[in-house]
Amino acid sequence: MTLMFFMIHLVPGDPARIMLGPRATPEMIADISMRMGLDQPLVIQLMKFLGNILKGDLGVDVLSSRPVTEIVFGQLPYTLWLIFSAIFGAMLIGIPLGCYSALHRNTFADRVTGVISVACITAPSFVVALYSLLIFAVTLKWFPAIGAGEKGDFFDQATHLVLPAFAIGISWVGYLSRLVRASMLEVLGENHIRTARAYGLTEFTIVYRYALKIAILPTVTVIGVGMGFLISAAVLTEVVFARPGLGKLIIESITTRNYPVVMGSVFISTGLFVISTTISDLVNASLDPRIRDNL
Amino acid sequence: MSDNILKIRDLSVNYQTDRGKLKALRNIDLDISRGSIVGVVGESGCGKSTLITSIIRQLDANADIPNGSIEFEKQDLLKLSLDKMRNISGTQLSIVFQDPMSTLNPVLSIGRQMIDIQYRDKTSKKIKKQRSIDMLNKVGIPDPQSQLKQYPHELSGGMQQRVSIAMALQAGPSLLIADEPTTALDATLEVQILKLLKELQVEMGCSILFVSHHLGVIAELCDHVIVMYAGEIVEQGSTYEIFNNPAHPYTVKLLECDPASISKKQRLLPSIPGEIPDLTNLSGGCIFKNRCDQSIDRCDKQTPKWNEFSNNHYVSCHLIES
Repeated sequence: MTLMFFMIHLVPGDPARIMLGPRATPEMIADISMRMGLDQPLVIQLMKFLGNILKGDLGVDVLSSRPVTEIVFGQLPYTLWLIFSAIFGAMLIGIPLGCYSALHRNTFADRVTGVISVACITAPSFVVALYSLLIFAVTLKWFPAIGAGEKGDFFDQATHLVLPAFAIGISWVGYLSRLVRASMLEVLGENHIRTARAYGLTEFTIVYRYALKIAILPTVTVIGVGMGFLISAAVLTEVVFARPGLGKLIIESITTRNYPVVMGSVFISTGLFVISTTISDLVNASLDPRIRDNL
Repeated sequence: MSDNILKIRDLSVNYQTDRGKLKALRNIDLDISRGSIVGVVGESGCGKSTLITSIIRQLDANADIPNGSIEFEKQDLLKLSLDKMRNISGTQLSIVFQDPMSTLNPVLSIGRQMIDIQYRDKTSKKIKKQRSIDMLNKVGIPDPQSQLKQYPHELSGGMQQRVSIAMALQAGPSLLIADEPTTALDATLEVQILKLLKELQVEMGCSILFVSHHLGVIAELCDHVIVMYAGEIVEQGSTYEIFNNPAHPYTVKLLECDPASISKKQRLLPSIPGEIPDLTNLSGGCIFKNRCDQSIDRCDKQTPKWNEFSNNHYVSCHLIES
């Protein structure tokens, strides 16, 4: 948090000057600087900021004078929806794909999914975003191009979600399928799977109930830690699709040197990361009794 | 001809390796009569595990079976479809594996696993649960009701092996394969588990194919013994005959090496000099010739035939020709 604070202040450009534009008088700049507390030493600014966080106060937006918490939490649901639909879709496709590859190891189908997965992983989200925008929104007109849809209209919001979620999720499909394939192969070679086969359990039970419950553990951890990557992918995607959200908020507030908003949104994203890793640990514990016992 | 539950004829198994074709099993003939306990003994790498995995049809992908048949209850297991094989596995043909700590699924409770293997039965979950409790009782697990909620890692190795035995015998199989079930356990537990197996065998009337490299265990438990060496059976007969009248030079040496049979104080434990022949490059003739101190010219050229040494005691050696 402190590191982030200094990094933002290291960026050249006086926020007061940038906000007021080229025709600002020195008096106006001094006035704004005083209101933002920029005239005080950095250490004092930092202390004030940290103290306010403890009180649940992230400061006030310099431009609109609205509290930062209100602005950030207003934008947060859009980003959360985007991230969740992306990762949920990726799990829905990637995990079965990985299982399939593992069960058909070294067959033609496995190689094809392998190549496709790696291609998916290497595709940067903003490139996918731009191309899917071009193909599905502009040329084919299947999905709307920009915005997040009418408030309250679920269907409209959902259709607006498809392309951005696809742009973020596609690399995760590849990533998860590779990961699940590797851990699945490992688990399928373990002794208890041989036992399950010897007791005549069906292949479906063995793979999806006996093996997947173990093979999924690393995937859960990766998704939890992957929250950081998801947020950074969301930043770019929200800009491309002109969607409201945390990412777009961060970009806009950085360009206007709106320090309180930058700090507030980065703080909340960090919080998201902490929450998601905690959740993934809890999920793992609920899946594996050996982890549960060590908690 | 007596009633044989398992009849293996001319079974060979090859593994495809980087060094070429490894002939892990060659022309194995084996019979298990109903209600008997047959022991298979031999040093590591003699093909015991390959034999078992080919019976339960779980050989690795690089293995193939060029010839032979495994007849179980009048049907050739090697010719069965996977679905039919699955129907036999766990019901008529069951197995207890070597390492109890890794044979149970670590993330599912004991109860869950015991109920899952009864999936063919359409009765209520309550009956299945009761059946599992009865079974755990039978194998001597205290307080089975609460053990059902436990996970494998919460039990000791001996308890896990008891659970495995309970699961293997749940459906009342006619043949139980025991793949070194006591190797990973300490000596006192070993005795307990063996006693348990023997009791249950009598009670449930199943046959047991017991695989071990531990001679004492075999002598204790089995009616009939099969001695394997480097992928072949070299001698078979009743336990009494094999232990008191060993005929094949390998069996003789194997018994000499058993630490339990040494009475005098010795600086070195006895061993059989030489190494197991390279199974990718066999030269023909007797398989044991390189390590045998009594080998004659014929051993190099001719593969020995089965000779009846005494009543129901067969030896594959040129020295024992009648």
